Amino acid sequence: MIRVQNLVKKFGEFEAVRDISFEVGEGEIFAFLGPNGAGKTTTIKMLTTLLAPSAGSLELAGLDPTSHQHKVRQCFGIVFQDQSLDDELTAYENMDFHGILFQVPRKERAERVERLLRLFELWERRKDFVKTFSGGMRRRLEIARGLLHTPRIVFLDEPTLGLDPQTRNQLWTHLKKLNEQERITVFLTTHHMEEAERVAHRIGIIDHGRIVAQGTPAELKAQTNSDSLETAFLALTGTTIREEEASNLDRMRNMTKMWRRQR
Amino acid sequence: MNAIYVLWLRQMKRFLRSRSRIVGSLGQPILYLVALGFGFGPVFQRAGQGNYLQFIAPGVVGMTVLFSGIFSGIELIWDRQFGFLKEVLVAPVPRFAIMVGRTLGGATVSMIQGALVVAICLVMGFRPASLATVPYALVFMALIAVAFTAMGTAIASVLSDFQGFQFVMGFVVMPMFFLSGSIYPLTFAPKALRVVAIFDPLSYGIDGMRTALTGVSQYGGAVDLAVLSGVTAALLALGSWLFSRIQL
Repeated sequence: MIRVQNLVKKFGEFEAVRDISFEVGEGEIFAFLGPNGAGKTTTIKMLTTLLAPSAGSLELAGLDPTSHQHKVRQCFGIVFQDQSLDDELTAYENMDFHGILFQVPRKERAERVERLLRLFELWERRKDFVKTFSGGMRRRLEIARGLLHTPRIVFLDEPTLGLDPQTRNQLWTHLKKLNEQERITVFLTTHHMEEAERVAHRIGIIDHGRIVAQGTPAELKAQTNSDSLETAFLALTGTTIREEEASNLDRMRNMTKMWRRQR
Repeated sequence: MNAIYVLWLRQMKRFLRSRSRIVGSLGQPILYLVALGFGFGPVFQRAGQGNYLQFIAPGVVGMTVLFSGIFSGIELIWDRQFGFLKEVLVAPVPRFAIMVGRTLGGATVSMIQGALVVAICLVMGFRPASLATVPYALVFMALIAVAFTAMGTAIASVLSDFQGFQFVMGFVVMPMFFLSGSIYPLTFAPKALRVVAIFDPLSYGIDGMRTALTGVSQYGGAVDLAVLSGVTAALLALGSWLFSRIQL
């Protein structure tokens, strides 16, 4: 369902993704793990048509995202690492607008919006502006929105960031169910190793832009003689804390925060 | 088509829910009308140029639409910063449709703000020469709105942060306004200024509105319409092309 071959992404001289290759089969849950700045989000951006690769080839559902962007976009859903909701719209409007953009028919749209908002316990707050939501509520809404158009592939970039254990549990249970019943392919990143171990069929570990290991959780543990995935992860990527350079977006966000505080 | 509508609707909802934005957008035009209109009015009249409010009103309406259009386009930076742009860019919608939806939304907001300033001008004593030509003024207002929202989008597509915004205001938007003949007649301006005004697309928008509302014209209504339509088409094409190249 997803095929990546010799993928490279350069930003000027900096090589964020260095010649990586992997495959994810239909109906598989694949966890893409790595320390901060390892190249996870850059890879997802290339797979989801937001960034053009510098070299290598990509395939999603048999299509090349660089040449068939429109068709590729019809087959995946994504929950971004950063917030992507419109604060000035209500929860329902954010869902509804997404449904229209992803061409979900009106009647079906209304049913699905209600089902997903109820599932993520946001139905009672559907008429409230997103700017009044807590971080956890926003995250739940982003996830509900990402599933609205019933995509064949779901990308989840650190979806449980800021979620309490109850909501995390609910999310993974729902995704497992979707994966089992409808054979949805899931590509996720997370820093919670126990989550990856719980839900993923296979795991790929990326560090400094290179894939350092791939396999089932049991295979990765055996490969490193570790008793937990976390220990295996540390054995493969080291224990040094990574420093991520602030992106332009990070700098802009910081400027905006400072400006708001000054007001 | 649905995507264009939903992106237009989003702009409208955001605008209509922001009372401070609606009220705030009227401050500058009122200041221009009061300070310049009443301040320079007697001098203008003594120079034999007639009622200054009649002259400046189309200019101030044009200024409102220009600023609002540019800002609506530049809002793209906010969408990029706060993530909503990602949501739109991964949707199975051609980027041209996204650009058109955003531009129509921004242009409608600009038209509403322009209409509010027209109402204020009427309260302050401005009177159109003929009601029959008011629709022509609306056509020019719409063209200014679309052209400069597209220009704002084009600029925002290549700006990576707000630091370049000051440059755009100081070296693009403000000169375009002050050199367009919005607040003084170009007829008596030095030749150099008149030449510069020929290359300023806003000149044709203001002149077109002034022609329609007061009957006074610098270039002639047909020339205004032809030039402004061409510039609008070019800016839409440029904005679409630059928008289609955005990578996040």
